[in-house]
Amino acid sequence: MSTPATDTITAGDASLSRFLHGLPGVDQVGAEGRVAMLATRSIKTSAKAWALETAIRMVDLTTLEGADTPGKIRALAAKARQPDADDPTCPPVAAVCVYPDLVADAVRAVAGSDVAVASVATAFPSGRASLAVKLADVAEAVAAGADEIDMVIDRGAFLSGRYLDVHQEIVAVKQACGRAHLKVILETGELVTLDNVRRASWLALLAGGDFIKTSTGKVTPAATPPVALVMLEAVADFARATGQRRGVKLAGGIRTAKEAIRYLVMVKEVAGEEWLDPALFRFGASSLLNDLLLQRIKQRTGGYAGADYVTLD
Amino acid sequence: MWEYAPAPEAPQTARLRPSYGMFVDGEFRDGTGERLKTVNPANEEVLAEVSVAGPADVDTAVAAARRAHESVWGPMPGRERAKYLFRIARLIAERSRELAVLESLDNGKPIRESRDVDIPLASAHFFYHAGWADKLEYAGFGPAPRPLGVAGQIVPWNFPLLMAAWKLAPALAAGNTCVLKPAETTPLTALVLAEICQQAELPPGVVNVLPGEGDTGAALVTHPGIDKIAFTGSTEVGKLIQRTVAGTGKRLTLELGGKAANIIFDDAPIDQAVEGIVNGIFFNQGHVCCAGSRLLVQESVHDEVLDKLKRRLTTLRVGDPLDKNTDVGAINSAAQLARITDLAKAGEAEGAHRWSPPCALPDRGFWFPPTVFTEVSQAHRIAREEIFGPVLSVLTFRTPDEAVAKANNTPYGLSAGIWTEKGSRILWMANRLRAGVVWANTFNRFDPTSPFGGYKESGFGREGGRHGLAAYLAGADDAPRGDNR
Repeated sequence: MSTPATDTITAGDASLSRFLHGLPGVDQVGAEGRVAMLATRSIKTSAKAWALETAIRMVDLTTLEGADTPGKIRALAAKARQPDADDPTCPPVAAVCVYPDLVADAVRAVAGSDVAVASVATAFPSGRASLAVKLADVAEAVAAGADEIDMVIDRGAFLSGRYLDVHQEIVAVKQACGRAHLKVILETGELVTLDNVRRASWLALLAGGDFIKTSTGKVTPAATPPVALVMLEAVADFARATGQRRGVKLAGGIRTAKEAIRYLVMVKEVAGEEWLDPALFRFGASSLLNDLLLQRIKQRTGGYAGADYVTLD
Repeated sequence: MWEYAPAPEAPQTARLRPSYGMFVDGEFRDGTGERLKTVNPANEEVLAEVSVAGPADVDTAVAAARRAHESVWGPMPGRERAKYLFRIARLIAERSRELAVLESLDNGKPIRESRDVDIPLASAHFFYHAGWADKLEYAGFGPAPRPLGVAGQIVPWNFPLLMAAWKLAPALAAGNTCVLKPAETTPLTALVLAEICQQAELPPGVVNVLPGEGDTGAALVTHPGIDKIAFTGSTEVGKLIQRTVAGTGKRLTLELGGKAANIIFDDAPIDQAVEGIVNGIFFNQGHVCCAGSRLLVQESVHDEVLDKLKRRLTTLRVGDPLDKNTDVGAINSAAQLARITDLAKAGEAEGAHRWSPPCALPDRGFWFPPTVFTEVSQAHRIAREEIFGPVLSVLTFRTPDEAVAKANNTPYGLSAGIWTEKGSRILWMANRLRAGVVWANTFNRFDPTSPFGGYKESGFGREGGRHGLAAYLAGADDAPRGDNR
């Protein structure tokens, strides 16, 4: 792929549409075949230990409930800082991910650690609000100290072909982020086709998203292996075309260490080793962390511990 | 940075024995030929000694098969034959792990392939044909199709068990009895299949397995007690067989070599096409008669496709066939390695550009790295001759007409692949490609319901599907298929 001249592509709806529809199509059957093959990789012993450790460092420990409270956030942050209460050598997770109004609480709770604070914004999860409201949402989270913003794209605009609207909105949010990193949630469960996932990935990358993220976690299906494959191909292609490495975050529905390791295999073999880094790959999850911890304990002690030997949140 | 730890299957799973007999008339016995040693191509260690059938053994086996055909198997109702086939199918599935490890040891193919492709498909072929055994009257070959009698079947070393299943299952379903000769470098899984026939209590003589080399095969082909020869292997030997059986009244089907074109249009789903190229030529180390050994790529996307292909090839894992993470295993024999090496040298000498990903090959055993030749022209030997190894020749085309002309410009005609998101073009191309199998947006996919076979020097007759039954039924035409334009 030749280097896209971003300005020309995004000069108007027609040129952007031409570019996105000129991307190579994705054959669903072939993509499913590829992920099925990668899922047969057998990750054992030292390779498994490394994968578990790395996966823990890639977790955005998330709570996005109407019932969230400052107390819940404090508990989440404590878990994020020291995931395994019995083992200080266990690395912290990458970030906690919360709603904007709880960012300040999260920032206080992770202070002094390497754990970042991520906040969803832009009328998460539906994105059904005016641009002004979305930008205010972002500004508030950033002002409260969020290091990372997880925005949602306007899927309605995308599906009706108004790609430039989606693009301009991402650009505006990116600007509102200031120094905060921007993750762009595509909500692939609503985009449905892999061709759409590829186009939306490129759209978000062209607009300056630091990460492309699968889902809000509020729509089913959320992260799936074929979707992850297409998004990893997109960031790898984008890096080859522009020299810029952008990240991928998978969110929603990943609950077991086994699934997480399969995704790491995909990261390694599809995007490349460079992406095996929390700066370029994340899991948005909550219950996944405890399964990673249980598997990590199994690696160290040889025996499986019960669910009561890892902490809630 | 993140290396996969070794994840090998235990060789003991194969339940390897120091010596194997031939299988005649329901029992294992010593052959009169000089025993052969079969080696593990991944490390050149001897796996086992195997009996070899001499001419007298061929006589005995054919006589046993004739007896079984006349007294038991031929008169048996189809629904009863089906029960045996179902049993064999289930036993293959039950013993799949043992068979997979044994196949990888004897052949050199990665365990992922023998586990996920060869063995499940072998079982599937028996299941599928078991279903036909009591429905032959409705297969479109007349009201009461009759079996031919005794079938002599010669299979190659690239898919030892699977090819045996392709041959035996339709023959048995149609009511024939069989004398099967596995390849000399890979006799073991066919002998375990013989054991499975015993386990299934298949009547003695219905299936006989005679290990041996070319002379055993020749004795089988020339034997007057054989009604039908089915051969899968090289075009050279296929021609010899056709000359030998001419005028004898023996029925013949041949599944021979290939030099398939895998055709990538500029509107192809490029990432999946790259996977298809990899599966097309590096699956089973390229030891596949229908391998997509000629990549025809539209000139406008040549660089993009090659760039992605090369990146993908750097992730291929070459090495220990028993490691579950191995993608490309060992070359089956020293002789085959010599042939591949020779043709690759010819490619360089003729001016094509040779490339392989960096990959360390084991010190012992027969190994050849995945190799891509670019700047290949139709005139080069590597574009015309079947290499039967992990070597891809890349050519370009400009228009669909040129793609068809180049794809058909070969004495072979076994398979072809078309990659485009445009459905009408797939149909247009498929109508013009002279190949027995045309894959659209995929490659090297096999299914017992789908007939498989070639045009031109790739042979005649079909295996699999309803069409495959014709090769084993009297009165059903198994003459060369297609119009051989």
